[in-house]
Amino acid sequence: MESLGLLMLIYVFVLAIFVGFELITKVPPTLHTPLMSGSNAISGITIVGAILSAGLEEFTISTILGMVSMVFATINVVGGYLVTDRMLKMFKKK
Amino acid sequence: MRIIIEISYLISSVLFIYGIKYLSSPKTARKGNFLSALGMFVAIVVTLLDQHVLTYEWIIIGFVIGASLGSVMAIKVPMTGMPQMVGLLNGFGGGASMLVAFSEYYKVVNFAMYAHDTQTNITLVLSILIGGVTFTGSLIAFAKLQGIVTGKVVRYPMQHPLNAVLLSLVIIGGVYFVIEPELEWLVLGIGGISLLLGVLLVLPIGGADMPVAISLLNSYSGLAASATGFVLQNNELIIAGALVGASGIILTNIMCKGMNRSLMNVVLGGWESAGAAGPATTSVSPKGQVKSVDAEELAMIFDAAESIIIVPGYGMAVAQAQHAVRDLFNLLESKGKKVRFAIHPVAGRMPGHMNVLLAEANIPYDKMLAMEEINDDFPNTDIALIIGANDVVNPAARHDKNSPIYGMPILNVDYAKTVVINKRSLNVGYAGIDNELFFYPNTLMYFGDAKEAITKLTHEIKNY
Repeated sequence: MESLGLLMLIYVFVLAIFVGFELITKVPPTLHTPLMSGSNAISGITIVGAILSAGLEEFTISTILGMVSMVFATINVVGGYLVTDRMLKMFKKK
Repeated sequence: MRIIIEISYLISSVLFIYGIKYLSSPKTARKGNFLSALGMFVAIVVTLLDQHVLTYEWIIIGFVIGASLGSVMAIKVPMTGMPQMVGLLNGFGGGASMLVAFSEYYKVVNFAMYAHDTQTNITLVLSILIGGVTFTGSLIAFAKLQGIVTGKVVRYPMQHPLNAVLLSLVIIGGVYFVIEPELEWLVLGIGGISLLLGVLLVLPIGGADMPVAISLLNSYSGLAASATGFVLQNNELIIAGALVGASGIILTNIMCKGMNRSLMNVVLGGWESAGAAGPATTSVSPKGQVKSVDAEELAMIFDAAESIIIVPGYGMAVAQAQHAVRDLFNLLESKGKKVRFAIHPVAGRMPGHMNVLLAEANIPYDKMLAMEEINDDFPNTDIALIIGANDVVNPAARHDKNSPIYGMPILNVDYAKTVVINKRSLNVGYAGIDNELFFYPNTLMYFGDAKEAITKLTHEIKNY
C-alpha cells in the first residue's frame, strides 16, 4: 500500500463519516431501533471480505477463517435486514 | 472486470446512503431498508466475480448456515427481545471483521499474496482489536439483556487498572507487530486480549445503561468493517462501515444526553454515587402521604379527563403490557379523548425501544412523541399516566443538587393536573433513589403488574 493510496482511503472514510452524520441526524427518534438493526445489517458488508477469504483456490487456514466469517457476516446481513423489515412493517399511521 | 466490480461497489454504496436517507420518515423507511438490502445483494454478487474467488463450496456452505440461522433468529425474536437481538447481530458483525483480518494475515504468511507493509499491518491490528472487542462485548451485552448474566452493575477488583494494562499491551504488541510481522504468536495474542477486553469492558455496565452500550457497540461494528476495508483496500467497506460508525456515535451521544452523563461515566460503570449503597445518597428523602387508588376510582377520573399523556418505561416491556395499553388507548380515543404517548430518549433498553413495542401493538406512530415535542404540553393535560417508568419522571433531576440524576432531562409529568403512576411497588428505580413524585399532592399510585392493572382499568372505564 503506497502512502498516497492510504491517504485516498482515509479521504473516503472521512467524507463517508460526514455523510453519515448528515443522514442520521434526520432519522426521527421513533425509528431509532430499526435504524440500529438496519445499519447493523449494513455493517455486515464485511461479507465481501469473507467471500474473498473463503473463495481462495487452495485450502488453508485462511479458507477456514473465511468460512466462519462468512457464517457470521451472513447472520448479520440476513438477520439484520429481515428483522428491520419486520419492525418497519409495524409502523403505521392512523 | 476490475472496473465493473468497482462501479458496482459504488452503486452499492449509493444504495446504502439512500437506504439510510429514506429512514428519515416511517412512510419511506421500509423502502429504504429494501434499497439497502439491494445494495448488499449487488456487493455480494460482484464480489463472487472477483478474480481471487476461485472456489465456491466454502462460500456456499457458510452462506447457507448463516442465512438459516439469521432468518430463524429474525422471525422468532419477540419485539420485547429486540435489544438483545441487535446486541447479538452487532457481535456477529464484529466477529466477522476480526476473522477476515486474521484470514488476511494468513494469506500473507502462506501465499505472500501481498507484501508485508507497515500500513496494512497497522490496519490489521486495528481491525482485530475493534472486531474482537465488538464480538465479545456484544455477546456479554446480549447475555445481560437476556438475563443469562446479571443485568446489574458488576464490579471486579482492579477494574480500571486491569483494563488500562490490557489496552496498553494491545498497543505495545501492535507496534511490535508492525515492526516484526512474522511473529504469529503476537497477532494471536493481540486477538486474545481484544476478546478479553470486550468482556471486561461491558460486564460492569448496568441494565439501564444498556442503551449507551448497545449504541456504542453498534458504532464499533461499523468501525470494525471500515478497518477491514482498510486492510482489503476496499472503498465500499470503508464507506458502509463509516455510515454505521457515524450512526452509532450519534445514538450514543443522544443516549448520554438523555441521562446527562458523559460517555466515560457510563463506560466506567454505573452511577458512581448511588447504586446499591443506598442510604448515604438519599439526602433529603421526601416522605409524605402516598395516595393509592384502585381501578374503580381511577375509571371515574379517566372518564372526566379530556387529555391524557401516557408515559411508558421499561416496566411496560417487562410486563409485556403493550397490547393492554393499546386497548386502553383505543377505548379512550373512542370516548373522544386526546391520548398521546411521551417517550423519553432512554426509556427501555435501547434507543427507540418503546416505539417499537407500541408500534407492534398497532399504536399509530404519530401518537408517539419525543420528549422535546411534548414536554410543554403537560401543564395543559388532565392525566399523565406513567407505566413502568421511574427515574425519567423524577422531579429531583430539576432541583436536587445532591441527587445522582440531577441535571438529567425529564418528562414534566408533575405539571399535569393529575399524575397516575402504575408500578408494582414503591421501590426505587435503576438509579437507586427515591422518587419524590410518589408523594406529590397531585399524584395517585395505582399499584399492580402493568398488564393486569391496565387491563382492569380498561375494563372499569368500559363499564363506567
